[in-house]
Amino acid sequence: MTKKKILQGNALYTVIAIVFGFLAGAVVLTVAGISPIATYKKLTDSIFGQPKYMIWSVVYGIPLIFTGLSVAFSFRTGVFNIGAEGQFVVGSLAATVIGITVDLPPILHVPLCLLAAAAAGAIWSAFVGLLKVKRGINEVLSFIMMNWIAFYLSNYVVNLKGIKAEGKEATVDILESAEILLPLSVRQMTGCKSVNYGIILAIIAAIVIWYIINKTTLGYELRSVGFNRHAASYGGINADRAIMKAMAISGAMAGLGGACHIMGNASRIAQFAGQEGYGFQGITVALIAGSNPIGCIFSGIFYGAMKYGGLKLSTIGAPKEVLDIIMGTIVIFIAVSHIFRHLLNRKLKNREE
Amino acid sequence: MDELIKILGLLINATLVATPPLLYAALGSCISERSGVVNIGIEGMMTVGAFVGATLGYFTENPWLSFLCGGLAGAVVALIHAIVCVSYNADQTISGTAINFLAPGLALFVSRILFDGSTDTEPISDAGRLPRMFEGVFPAGSFWNNVLCTHVACYLCFACVLVVWFLFYKTKFGLRLRAVGEHPKACDTLGINVTKTRYICVVLSGFFAGLGGAYVTLATINQFRPIVIVGQGFMAISAVIFGKFTPHGSMMACLLFALCSGVKVLASSYNLVSPNLISMIPYIVTILALVFFVGKARVPAANGKPYIKSK
Repeated sequence: MTKKKILQGNALYTVIAIVFGFLAGAVVLTVAGISPIATYKKLTDSIFGQPKYMIWSVVYGIPLIFTGLSVAFSFRTGVFNIGAEGQFVVGSLAATVIGITVDLPPILHVPLCLLAAAAAGAIWSAFVGLLKVKRGINEVLSFIMMNWIAFYLSNYVVNLKGIKAEGKEATVDILESAEILLPLSVRQMTGCKSVNYGIILAIIAAIVIWYIINKTTLGYELRSVGFNRHAASYGGINADRAIMKAMAISGAMAGLGGACHIMGNASRIAQFAGQEGYGFQGITVALIAGSNPIGCIFSGIFYGAMKYGGLKLSTIGAPKEVLDIIMGTIVIFIAVSHIFRHLLNRKLKNREE
Repeated sequence: MDELIKILGLLINATLVATPPLLYAALGSCISERSGVVNIGIEGMMTVGAFVGATLGYFTENPWLSFLCGGLAGAVVALIHAIVCVSYNADQTISGTAINFLAPGLALFVSRILFDGSTDTEPISDAGRLPRMFEGVFPAGSFWNNVLCTHVACYLCFACVLVVWFLFYKTKFGLRLRAVGEHPKACDTLGINVTKTRYICVVLSGFFAGLGGAYVTLATINQFRPIVIVGQGFMAISAVIFGKFTPHGSMMACLLFALCSGVKVLASSYNLVSPNLISMIPYIVTILALVFFVGKARVPAANGKPYIKSK
């Protein structure tokens, strides 16, 4: 009976996918003549070797928890937020601009930046919702367009006078009052210069999203629209309005992620040469978490740790791109996890008979 | 007047430089979307094509072979997409997203192995670059030289539009391809092999995307860098939407988008408008097109939906 329960849950298949991901990475490394064991050992050491490495891993994970939540929330409500990338960018842009141009005491400045970022992300996403609801336009297409508009908008703003740092391809740093860093003494003690309150915000956000989905009328409406839009409409739910709300909340999460990234770690936006990928990585985070908001905390930190640990792989001559290969493979195997489910269930059934 | 003609020549030239990668990829995207498989992995397939083209161009100095292999590399990546989406009915957008991680990751990984830890490949020698048409026929810097002396592969991409158009509307396979994207069940009932048709289309789309990528590194620039593709795959997808999912429409959209980047090149050399604002135009135009002209009806009906026989 318990065996059956495990086979019906999502966790087993996620673990299978992760194993396959690392196997694929090992195969590629072996073909390239690099020892996968040494590489994975280096990766583990770079994440768990020292307490400050683990703290860095969490810091790297914070924005990914937010984009993961954004995508997970959209999955639960039946839309596919592939636009978290753009919402993240406009969120970080809003936080940066307010962080530079407005001078307030921290107690007001921080909430203002966060609010502006959440609003920017929400508007960016709700616009796509509007197109979907009013004109029936597939959200995947318009999200992709909005991602690139955000990309160039950010590059445009970065180059504006008063925002751009002299002689650099980046903005000036945000004011100290807009930062969410822990006190200097704590930072020096941990040996990580970017320890910040973002993780607390991320955990609160995850709980709020979990609460909205599972415990509120709104969440019930959103889930029913996600299951079957027409049935929900028939049942008296305003499906259009529910979709708009869902997309706004989803966008706000991604926007907050951008804000936390700037206010807790980056302090500035550099001119983009290519998409940074926080939004797309959020898709992976949400998939690994099985769209569970609480799970996103862990899968976000997992991805963050991989990104942080990966930075040091070059010291042993292993390309850090092996992580993209691992992560891409994980996503593919989660996408086809229903096959494993089918195979394992059939095996179990055969044995019972 | 002379100055004006010269600027016009430069603008056409810049447009023709930007067109082929977009157009090759757009043809690929068009084939895949019409057969009912959403392919947002075009970007990743282009990156692989660009890398393989540049690498082979450097080692073999045979541009046409490298160009072809760039296409084939894209096709191999597309095969993964086909297996995952057509055979195993996975969510096509998720699979495409995964490919956009996987394919560029693999390209950069191999680059670091082959080129001493660098993500930039070594520059291709002149012999390894794609040849130009009418080289040396017109005086350098003249209007006709700017307009006509482009790469042979640029002429070729317009020929490909014709070929794909013919394939779509004048052949049995084209009819099947379009039907499979609209109503796979009806096709299946009539004995058309939905799986096989979609496999061919997805692999073809990867082939064209790979050619587009290889064009960038073998003709426009002479090496691969991680940022050579940035967004061109997505812009190609926009062009297909804007072009109402037809090969000729996609071509017009590609020319328009390429004109935007031509204007960008000229405007930034004269310091007129921020190039970043001009870069947004294709995407804004596509959203407007979706709102006003394209609408729901023009998107292939079965686009993005896996075909599961037993249902």
